Amino acid sequence: MSASSISGRVRAWAGVSDARLLLLVALGLYVLFLVAAPLQGYDLNGTFNSLRRITFLSALYGILVLALNLQWGYAGLFNIGVAGFMAVGVYTMGILSSAPTSTGAGLGLPLPVGIVGGLLAATLVGVLASLPALRLRGDYLAIVTLAAGEIIRLTIRSPVFQEVTVGGVTIGTGGPQGMQLPENPIRILFYEEPAAFASDPNAIGKAVFPFFEGFGIEDTVVVGWAYALVLILILGLVYWLLVRVGNSPFGRVLKAIREDELVASSLGKDTRWFKVKVFALGCALMGLGAILWRLSGGYTSSSSYMPIQTFYVFIALIIGGAGSNTGSVVGGAVFVALLFEGPLVIRRLISNLFEIGQVPRTFFDALGSLAGLDPGPLLAYVVTDVNISALRLVLLGVVLVYLIQRRPQGLLGHRKEVASSVDLSERSGTGGEK
Amino acid sequence: MAADAPSPTGAATEAPPAGDAASGTPSDDALLAVEDLRKSFGGIHAVDGASFGVEAGSLTALIGPNGAGKSTTFNLITGVLDPDAGSIVFDGTDITRYRPYQVANRGLVRTFQIARELDEMTVLENLMLGPRGQSGESLWRSVLPGTRRQVQAEEIELRERAWETLEFFEIDHLAEEYAGNLSGGQRKLLEMARVLMTDPEMVLLDEPLAGVNPTLSEKLLERIHELRTEGYTFLLVEHDMDVVMGHCDPIVVMHQGQVLTTGSPEEVRNDERVLEAYLGGEVGT
Repeated sequence: MSASSISGRVRAWAGVSDARLLLLVALGLYVLFLVAAPLQGYDLNGTFNSLRRITFLSALYGILVLALNLQWGYAGLFNIGVAGFMAVGVYTMGILSSAPTSTGAGLGLPLPVGIVGGLLAATLVGVLASLPALRLRGDYLAIVTLAAGEIIRLTIRSPVFQEVTVGGVTIGTGGPQGMQLPENPIRILFYEEPAAFASDPNAIGKAVFPFFEGFGIEDTVVVGWAYALVLILILGLVYWLLVRVGNSPFGRVLKAIREDELVASSLGKDTRWFKVKVFALGCALMGLGAILWRLSGGYTSSSSYMPIQTFYVFIALIIGGAGSNTGSVVGGAVFVALLFEGPLVIRRLISNLFEIGQVPRTFFDALGSLAGLDPGPLLAYVVTDVNISALRLVLLGVVLVYLIQRRPQGLLGHRKEVASSVDLSERSGTGGEK
Repeated sequence: MAADAPSPTGAATEAPPAGDAASGTPSDDALLAVEDLRKSFGGIHAVDGASFGVEAGSLTALIGPNGAGKSTTFNLITGVLDPDAGSIVFDGTDITRYRPYQVANRGLVRTFQIARELDEMTVLENLMLGPRGQSGESLWRSVLPGTRRQVQAEEIELRERAWETLEFFEIDHLAEEYAGNLSGGQRKLLEMARVLMTDPEMVLLDEPLAGVNPTLSEKLLERIHELRTEGYTFLLVEHDMDVVMGHCDPIVVMHQGQVLTTGSPEEVRNDERVLEAYLGGEVGT
């Protein structure tokens, strides 16, 4: 059997349903990382951890990209303040639920209250930031959201809000030092005292940890995997929600707004109201994604909400295909695995497989040894921490340029995802009585 | 040029000068009544005190040389632009300064001079967008399990109507095509079909035949006549005089932002001032 016929069969199989397609993408990326793991010198624990990391990040990016797809892919609302709305969600949650004693003092309310509050705050700020701009053309919304995102980040970072006492209650963002957040809620499942750094495992922990320890897999990796799986579940819920939103008369109006707002309003649709609703929902989901992200580490700081964060989400959406929910999830996973983690994997791979000698001080020193046909110093120079993340940006730029030139619709943007709750091509009339 | 320009302040007093009985004052039973409508852009008075009425069930034409203010009038009626002065009454309701979606929801729907298709939506999606008051246009109704079933039932009914409308316009073979892939003429048909899906009382057609080949034009006109007998009212802007004279009655002639005359094709054809307006005042004085 030729390779092309195999790939044809795989394509035919994956084309049947979106679930299969997503499964195939996940499988492909896992296999890739499994193969790369021993080459990076990972033992089983390290391998498991590297898979956990791409699962965790893919799920988070999936949620964020889906939210942006709702705003930009469906309704054409150009929101480049994604990072800002993420920050609003996280910090509001932190202020509501962090312990009063922590850096960046909180109110110590239960975590669910904090999460709901974070979502509401992200929604509210989204609406407030967008209300004036939604009346105008798309470019203004872009400018306003970019500015709002930066204002939010700089406000959070400001020492003024590090700790504020209002009416005897002290709250704060921790300013430049960042903010301690409630402990990862998944720890409740495994530990007697989830808040304590070193706690004894509870009944579940006692049952689960030794089993994995038998394979050399550490407790933290097990806990991390549990959290990643919960995120996959939440991603599934968000996906389900947004597929329903998209495949409905509501989604149809959103698409019409994206294509030509005047036509939509000339057909009797109050487009402003649609835009406000969809912007609010999108911002809430961005807040949710960010809250889930930062809860895993129990800490956040303003540096996580630089504009680059917004562009990462955009790139993932462009890869996947704006306008497609399934494409958004695929784009998130492909972005995380290949573009975000990929360069780091290659770096570890090179350092593991080759003897990295002295790292040249400058780029020109590195180039100089090329003249002597010795690529070693250049390689060593490239795989330093600083340079590999710079190269990651170069890689992202190249991929973007290529995609915009060759495949502006992304991986799945070309598909006809008809916005309707029923199959429009099917007629009740032709198939007898309905 | 106008015989005597009305003073800017002198409001609705018998607007058009030297008009015949039919022009100017719309009769009381008109479905759409435009009264002394005014709109300027900078120093240009695009619409300068236009008044006319459209009878229910008629196929009224709005004609005039380029720059007469026809398109601006359309935009004022449909809420795309706000008038500086004057009033627009549709079906007994004052719809002056309504926003476009409010006008459409009253049952007064328009098409565009250059067909504005929603390119990256299929022909069927374009049609399904039309119907007013779809419960599935509420965010939560589309999502929640119980209400979604109702939305689906509604959509199955609308789907049937969409297919029937496509067949009526003979573009059902294009149903699943992206609207952006349609030819110019097909786009015009699609736009008409989409407007009809809103179940309007009255349709404003902005040059529905521009760029449409003669065969398709015939077909489109046939459809318009058929719909008129079903009770729809049409007001159309058109430059093709053969079409206007052969199919429309009455005809409203605009010139320099005002209504020059209103009448049957014969009356308009024999009106010296109409000829004068079209030929720039060099003939027939």
